[in-house]
Amino acid sequence: MALSPKWWSRYGYHIFIGGLALLMIYPILWLIVSSLKPNDEIFSTAYSLIPSTLEWNNYVTGWKGFAGNTFGTFFKNSFIIVILSTIGAVCSSALVAYGFARIPYLGRGFWFGCMMMTLMLPRDVTIIPQYIMFSEFNWLQTFKPLVVPQFFGIPFFIFLIMQFIRTIPADLDEAAKIDGCSKYGIFFRIMVPLIVPALMTAAIFSFYWTWEDFIHPLLYLNEPDLYPVSLALKLFLDGESLNNWGGMFAMSTLSLVPVFIVFFVFQRYIVEGISTSGLKG
Amino acid sequence: MLSKLKDNNHVVGYVFSAPFIIGFLVFILYPILSSLYYSFTDYNLFQSPSWVGMANYEKMFTDDEKYWKSVFVTLNYVIASVPLRLAFALMVALLLNKTIGGIGLYRSAYYLPSLIGGSVAVSILWTQVFGDQGLVNSALGVFGIDTDTSWIGNPDTALWTLITLSVWQFGSSMLIFLAGLKNIPKDYYEAASVDGANAVRRFFKITLPLLSPIILFNLILQTISAFLTFTPAYIVSRGEGGPLDSTLLYSLYLYKRAFQFYEMGYAAAMAWVMLIVVGIITLVIFQTSKLWVHYESKGER
Repeated sequence: MALSPKWWSRYGYHIFIGGLALLMIYPILWLIVSSLKPNDEIFSTAYSLIPSTLEWNNYVTGWKGFAGNTFGTFFKNSFIIVILSTIGAVCSSALVAYGFARIPYLGRGFWFGCMMMTLMLPRDVTIIPQYIMFSEFNWLQTFKPLVVPQFFGIPFFIFLIMQFIRTIPADLDEAAKIDGCSKYGIFFRIMVPLIVPALMTAAIFSFYWTWEDFIHPLLYLNEPDLYPVSLALKLFLDGESLNNWGGMFAMSTLSLVPVFIVFFVFQRYIVEGISTSGLKG
Repeated sequence: MLSKLKDNNHVVGYVFSAPFIIGFLVFILYPILSSLYYSFTDYNLFQSPSWVGMANYEKMFTDDEKYWKSVFVTLNYVIASVPLRLAFALMVALLLNKTIGGIGLYRSAYYLPSLIGGSVAVSILWTQVFGDQGLVNSALGVFGIDTDTSWIGNPDTALWTLITLSVWQFGSSMLIFLAGLKNIPKDYYEAASVDGANAVRRFFKITLPLLSPIILFNLILQTISAFLTFTPAYIVSRGEGGPLDSTLLYSLYLYKRAFQFYEMGYAAAMAWVMLIVVGIITLVIFQTSKLWVHYESKGER
């Protein structure tokens, strides 16, 4: 018996779009479930999302890490890098954005142009000379090459915050000026509280990008006790530890937990940030 | 006098912009120019650079098969993944452009992959999804297709696993399109319906032209970032670009030249060629945009 057109118009849409959505997140679900399957079951029943028993032990063996460094060390390193980078990126970008958006000064157009070019500059062009420069600074095997450049404004965030500042009426600045507020006062007392949503969005994306960054730690950090989580996961694919599938799935899942938490808590900022600025997530 | 100087627009402007200007000069401009210099030298990090003129460029273009292999692999990757990604993004955005219950949940589900897609965890996941005993083969087995080919170990399919990974992350473009669709006034569609335009015609005459500036913006950013893809190629091929260099993306080859063989001069030359090529491609896209991008009024983006 065929289903009526009415039935299709009511449920067909949800079946199609929901089915496609399930297909999209199936690999993620599979990752999470596999982290709870016994080692020999991961691949023998790969299609199944139901483990025969819950194997929490994968998290124990995975957490042990490599060469005496547990994932406690790797998570600590990641958090240090992420927190410092994010503070640097957000504060510096806010300052620069205010300067570009609100203060007419000689050369502003030129520097703004430089920023837009930097926005589109392929990373590969600077990666080699930066490496040479940082090695001359004796910054290799430290977090400095990852953190310090963040304190000089990130073009994407500057652009995002500028867009936001433009929506704030200039009358506010004028009123504050008449009340005797300096430009710095206007920024810190009036602008900063108003642009908090944009700063949140920038902070969230800074967190994601730094958390997931792989190539920079790969270049600058060679000692496992300095590895962030992203780099440590790579070790599961190296030689001896190759058979610890359960541990690998468990730690991969764990590495995504902070990302998921931030996503579910701050979803509104993420969606708005992407929609208004075209930021890549 | 001093207080006047303190609030002078030019002084204040430069104080606020100082972080960017210093950072730009130290971490961007100086490195770019020094890499142009390195590209004309033989430099291994341990001895000082020695001038070799155009030798790096000559070798690259005439005497390095791997280089050309990586160029073709990269072009293949970019040309396949960017249009597919944008097409999916647009298609799903059109489907999700409704105000009904549960739409937020769907939106999150489609966006989630692009949120985590760049991570090492997902690249590792991909090696297992497309491995010989992985999820894909296991799922095929359910449908009676028994195979134990490793999609990642086979040179014909390895790059496609990376393209799939890229297309899977269409969510962020989808959100941008969704925001664009919300901005199209409803009365346009109503007027068109009254005039008898069907859905297909409405899509090509209203939706697509009004979205075209957003499509252009996305196309450019996605193309640049596709050229820079590194992490999945590195993880999936264990840093080698194999099998048979089939996943040797440009960024990965550049990394190998610079940081495995310490040929900094050669790698710098590779980076400069990439900069020029990406610049030209961006310009070409901008130029063609005059033909297909519709601007409602002057001065509007």
